[in-house]
Parts: sequence; C-alpha cells; structure tokens
Amino acid sequence: MIISVASGKGGTGKTTVAVNLALSLENTQFLDCDVEEPNAHIFLKPEIKERIAAFIPVPEADEAKCNACGKCREVCEYHAIAVIPKGDGAIGSVLVFPHLCHGCGACSLLCPQKAIREVNKEIGVVETGMAGDIQFVHGTLNIGEIMSPSLIRQVKKRINPFRTVIIDAPPGTSCPVIAAVKDSDYCILVTEPTPFGLNDLTLAVEVLRKLKIPFGVVINRADIGDDKVDNYCQANKIAVLLRIPFDREIARLYSRGIPLVKDNVEYKEKFRMMFETITKRHHEADRCR
Amino acid sequence: MKICVTAQGKTLDDQVDPRFGRCQFFIIVDTDTLAFEAFENQSAQFAGGAGIQSGQFMASKGVKAVLTGNVGPNAFQTLRAAGIEIYTGLSGKIRDAIDKYKGGALKPADNPSVGSKFGMPGAGKGS
Repeated sequence: MIISVASGKGGTGKTTVAVNLALSLENTQFLDCDVEEPNAHIFLKPEIKERIAAFIPVPEADEAKCNACGKCREVCEYHAIAVIPKGDGAIGSVLVFPHLCHGCGACSLLCPQKAIREVNKEIGVVETGMAGDIQFVHGTLNIGEIMSPSLIRQVKKRINPFRTVIIDAPPGTSCPVIAAVKDSDYCILVTEPTPFGLNDLTLAVEVLRKLKIPFGVVINRADIGDDKVDNYCQANKIAVLLRIPFDREIARLYSRGIPLVKDNVEYKEKFRMMFETITKRHHEADRCR
Repeated sequence: MKICVTAQGKTLDDQVDPRFGRCQFFIIVDTDTLAFEAFENQSAQFAGGAGIQSGQFMASKGVKAVLTGNVGPNAFQTLRAAGIEIYTGLSGKIRDAIDKYKGGALKPADNPSVGSKFGMPGAGKGS
C-alpha cells in the first residue's frame, strides 16, 4: 500500500507526519519526494548505501544532418528550441535551451532527418539506504535545476511493493506534487487551522479529487487559529484522521531532529490507529470498486 | 532595411514595449520607406521560452535589427545566432525610436539587459 503525505500549504508538518507514521509501523519504505528540499533524513538519519546520479535526456542536433526544417521547434511544448536557418548574416544553427527542456523526446522522435540524438543531462541524485528497519530513498535536485517531476519519478521507481510505502510529497498543488502523489492508494493532507491552511487545503483537495485518490486530513497545531478547517471537512465529508496540538515539547524535539514517536508510546499508538483507519477505508473502497 | 520595434500598439505613434520576448506587438518597418506591418506577439503568454520564440519569429521575418527596451539572455542568444543586431534602452514613440536608429545614435547591445522572466506579469524587475 502506498500512502502519500501532501499539504498544499508549506510548513504544515508533512515531514513530521510522514516520518512518525513510518516509524510507528512495521515493514515500511520511506520515499522523500520533496526533492527541492528533502529533509526527512534529518529525522530518520538513514545510512546511505547507494548514490545514483539522475539524468534527463536533452536533445543535441547534428548540424551536418539538419536541414533547418523546424519540426523540432514546432513540436517542443516548452519552446526550448530555436532553429535559425543559415545565410544572410546568420550562422545557422539549432539552439537548444536545456533548462527549459522536460526531456519528453518529441524532437528526436519526430525529426525527419534523424538529426537529433538525446544526451543525458544530470539533474540530481537518488540516494537509498536504511534507517533502522525502514528502507529509505530520497532525491536531491541539483541547484539551478527545475525539472523536479522527472527526479521524483526516478525516486518512485524504487518503490518496494512488498512494503508499506510512505511518500513525503513537496508542498503546493503543481506538477511536482502530482508526480509525487500519483498512483498512491491514499493521501494524507496535513493542514493547520488558519486561513492560509484552509485555502491551500481546499486547492489540494481539488487536486486529489481530480486524481481520484482517497484522502483524509491531519490537523497540525490543532488548538490555534479557528474552526473553519473543521467546518470545511465536515461540510465536505472529509475524515479528520488525527489532531496534533501546538505543543512546545513537539517543537523542541523537532528542532533537535528527534522524531515525536521516539520514546513516546502514546503518539506511536495514535499514528498506528491512523494507519488502521486508512487501511480500513482503503479496503472498503476496494470492495466498492 | 527591415527592422523590428517592440510595441504596445499597432501604429508608429504607439509606445515602445519595454519587453522583447513578451511585448504586445512587433512592428516590422522598412527604414527607407517607413512602410510597416504590425504582428501580434504569439509568444507573449508562454510560460517559458517566450524570448526564444520571439527571436525565432524575428529570424523568420528576416529583420536585421531589433529595437526594444530590454532583452533577456535566451532571446539575446537566439537573435545573435540569427545575426540580428539588438538595441536596448529604447522608450517613447515607435516613430522616434526609428529616427534615433536612422540617425546612427544607437549602439548595439553586447549583453542581455535583463535576466530571465523579466517580462512575466508579476515578476520582479531584473530578477
């Protein structure tokens, strides 16, 4: 079973929930898909055993074969190619702007002259290891790179179907989030009871409804703010799976990189209960399919 | 000679658009006769690559020089490859910009004048 943890708003406690959930269960695999700023390793302290560079294919044109027909430019969805024909002051060349390229391969596939080949461009690294009994994988995007969905997909290629997989997703509701939560069996949305928390929760809910991924909500810092998140969940029949209080002790542990459930049986039990609720809902949903 | 001025409207009395890649119109004008044609910029709304494709458009129209406010790095590279001269820092009426160019008072730019995404709505200047 694959459970992703997402949020809409940043800083709500995705990593806290994901890490502590993984630590409360048996036989888990943890994927940190927040590749622009992975931080679960700070809490799980994995021993990294394998480091593999991640690449995307970017086009390179063979100017000798190119007849400047412009097909590659036409098909590029991200406007990453310019084709300048030779003559009259122009050197004539195929200009590729690799940082705009998403590595879809359309240009090389559709070039009538077969003048484009794909070369690998390194965008980051995927690291795997063990954090106690937890299998750990995370991706780190190189500074200046923006193609996080591609790196996220490469992290997710390491999914172990024999384990309970916990995915720590990036914040927001755009492409990287979609790439991270896609194909999850369930998604936990972490929010806080503030106007920002509610606004971004609403957006995240719309995304998950579109992706047809079942989900529930964890309210972090549950005793601050207002009751609008509660009202929203009630009105939209969204399960509130867990409430985490605004607690100085939790903040203190967090700032020292210590997971909440370490030496805290009470919280471990709460996370286990949440997992049971999720599996039950998942099986029920399965039966209805 | 055929040159292009980035414009906020479709006539020679409209203002120069300070952005190249995301300008509203390209006015392509014959410097000898002042005969001109205005083209709506199809790349203006692109999320990325607007400068590159605007540069591509200039190359396809065979212009020899571009007069504008600012040019970003990708557009600069594209225009350079097409052998098109780039003049930045222009403002005011299109007609006056053309006169300045014809008077020989302008110096072509050696570098992009702004960073990427300069012309995006809501983007910080020069960010």
